[in-house]
Amino acid sequence: MHEMTLAESVLQIVEDAARREGLRRVRAVWLEIGQLSSVEPEAMRFCFDAVARDSVAAGARLEIVTTAGAAWCIECSERVALAKLGAACPGCGGYQLRVTEGAEMRVKELEAE
Amino acid sequence: MCSTCGCGSGEVGVEGEAHAHEHRHSDGTVHTHGQDGELAHVHAHGHEHGAYSLEPVSGPAHAHAPGLEPSRMLRIEQDILAKNDAYAAQNRSAFEQRGIFALNLVSSPGAGKTALLVRTIRALGDRFEISVIEGDQQTSHDAERIRATGAPAVQINTGKGCHLDAHMVGHALARLDPPQDAILMIENVGNLVCPAAFDLGEAHKVVVLSVTEGEDKPLKYPDMFRRASLMLLNKIDLLPYLEFDLERCVDYAHRTNPGLRIIGVSAVTGEGIAEWLVWLEQGAGRARAARGEIAALPDSGPAGPGVAVVRSLIG
Repeated sequence: MHEMTLAESVLQIVEDAARREGLRRVRAVWLEIGQLSSVEPEAMRFCFDAVARDSVAAGARLEIVTTAGAAWCIECSERVALAKLGAACPGCGGYQLRVTEGAEMRVKELEAE
Repeated sequence: MCSTCGCGSGEVGVEGEAHAHEHRHSDGTVHTHGQDGELAHVHAHGHEHGAYSLEPVSGPAHAHAPGLEPSRMLRIEQDILAKNDAYAAQNRSAFEQRGIFALNLVSSPGAGKTALLVRTIRALGDRFEISVIEGDQQTSHDAERIRATGAPAVQINTGKGCHLDAHMVGHALARLDPPQDAILMIENVGNLVCPAAFDLGEAHKVVVLSVTEGEDKPLKYPDMFRRASLMLLNKIDLLPYLEFDLERCVDYAHRTNPGLRIIGVSAVTGEGIAEWLVWLEQGAGRARAARGEIAALPDSGPAGPGVAVVRSLIG
């Protein structure tokens, strides 16, 4: 996944909020990144640091909270945990799975002055 | 810089006239257009990078004493791709209103997307209007190949970008202006990773995998195969020369996406193409029928509900 593009989008969301709320400096940004999303957290951190360099979020801490992946197993007829795409159902070992949680990528909140 | 996709400033472009110089209609009449247009740069949407910066901050060693400035928490709760999703929703709504069946074709480079499109246009071009948006980092080779068949095509060059996004597609649509009830093929940049998360407003993603790439591609790139509705397994004419395990490939594909429809095709020999055309015709038919239903809604259309109902009955 292209973390640079996503980092640009995060920065844009942060700058929009800064403008709206009259924030002087953003100290930290909390992201919620699902286990099954296409984001590699370390790459995201690196890219965000780079793109935020001359902005209101320069030097801001990026806190990444990972949310658990889950899927509906058609065989078991129940919701099961799924740590990564392509993994088998922990219950039956099959692959009749439909992802239900863990693909999200959100900006949750920020700390600013 | 494009504020949605973050591509380098001035590098993203939408190229050219939709039509080739000579456009041959199905009834044999021919008309010509002027020269292909200049590369038009996608304009930035007033997003000033660094407009809200403060005194220069060069890193952790900051002028303020840490912890003494009061700070507050601000809830945001916004999807990172919210802006792209909004553009995609606009595209999708425009497609639905005009009965356009839009597909996002994805694959690694060289799987045969363009060859399949050329084959498809030659087979269906007299029964359906087919319009094409091409995406590549550079060149308009693919758009030119499409135009040579007589179908209109517009090329998006992403510059350094690795995927198309809904904002770019919106610009291309303004230039291409597909007719009502058309099939719109969006050929994405050859890449099985990045395009996966970028909704363009399409009805379906169609993933093209060629038999020369190895049967375990679906396991290597599960996100893309999970999001596709149809997989075209291309170059099946080469199977006698390869050690490609067809059954295993289908099994792997269904592991990532149990509901994935799979059609084996050859753009060169035409094998399997008929089944792909049936899938296309069914989808285009559904899009056209849905347009009729939208037109039949009480508050749609300037002529009022009565005319709209008649319009929907005659398709």
